[in-house]
Amino acid sequence: MTPEEEAEFKRRQKSRNIVVAGALLFFVVLFYAITVARLGSQ
Amino acid sequence: MTTATPNNTSRARLEGGEPVHAAVLPAEWRDFYALTKPRVMTLVIFTAICGLLAAPGQIHPVLGFTAVLAIAMGAGGSAVLNQWWEADLDAGMKRTSSRPLPMGSIRREDARDFGLFLSGVSVFLMGVAIGWLAAALLLCAIIYYAVVYTIWLKPRTPQNIVIGGGAGAFPPLIGWVAVTGEVTAMPMLLFAIIFFWTPPHFWALALFVKSDYAKVGIPMLPVVAGERTTRNHIWVYTLLLAPITVAPWLISGTSWIYGTTALALSALFIALAIPVARRDAVIGEGDPMAEEIRLFKFSIVYLFVLFAALVADRVLEAQGLIGSGLFAGGVFA
Repeated sequence: MTPEEEAEFKRRQKSRNIVVAGALLFFVVLFYAITVARLGSQ
Repeated sequence: MTTATPNNTSRARLEGGEPVHAAVLPAEWRDFYALTKPRVMTLVIFTAICGLLAAPGQIHPVLGFTAVLAIAMGAGGSAVLNQWWEADLDAGMKRTSSRPLPMGSIRREDARDFGLFLSGVSVFLMGVAIGWLAAALLLCAIIYYAVVYTIWLKPRTPQNIVIGGGAGAFPPLIGWVAVTGEVTAMPMLLFAIIFFWTPPHFWALALFVKSDYAKVGIPMLPVVAGERTTRNHIWVYTLLLAPITVAPWLISGTSWIYGTTALALSALFIALAIPVARRDAVIGEGDPMAEEIRLFKFSIVYLFVLFAALVADRVLEAQGLIGSGLFAGGVFA
């Protein structure tokens, strides 16, 4: 792998990691909100 | 007949060429996003929201958002599985050859795993947050599109688009059930409206856009049965659609607002379908296909206005401004 390819590899990996982290955070918040909403309706 | 048979290697096939190895670089997150067919999802989200808003009853905004999200994720998951299975076919068609799988920018097994993951999470989310009836319907929709339509019937019958329409018809039904928790006549009618709307909508498009489905062995009706038969089919489905569209009003599920909108839209749809159905000339290369293009464009407006009227009807009824029923609270009262 050339240095350019390695840099591109790392860039793609990093952007994917950021998206996965964002998605996980979103679902943590969503499940908290769902729990609150469901408890509130009971 | 050609059928797509995915293999388990990381091969992809470029347009008209030999299989090539997918790039060693990891796929971009944008490639995964593109696999979910975001443009198709717009209509899915719209009809799901309409089903949700038109249903009698209340749903907490967070739960309503979650229901729509789960439906969108399920639609995305089944779209990914559809492209995983049809990667070889997509490579052979101009319209689809630049998708991530034929381009080799994502590994085939990664697409399959992503599709399964997205589908699984969507059903789980729907079940846990909303209810298991809505989740079961979502699972049915995913299996219907990814297995019954994509794998089984699409390569086998020219009626594939009729059957495929069923997959697009699920979102308002699921949205409705997410609120009420039960399947009644009204959500079934919403399902039927999109089911019967799809064939004239798609076949009008198929008449003026020459696709290369035939090249990859998919038996689309205009190719297999010819234009005359396709025009007859458009006419029959347009006539079947009209009473189904008006039915929610006739069974007193809506007020005159939806009823008159449905009547007007149906009359227009039929009026625009007549010249398309009657045309018999052999279409040449330079034909502008104005009638077919007009019918196709109107079919999109038709669905949006119809569902918007349904929601407006319910909102006004909830505000106490109109009553529900055939002639209730309106100009006929």
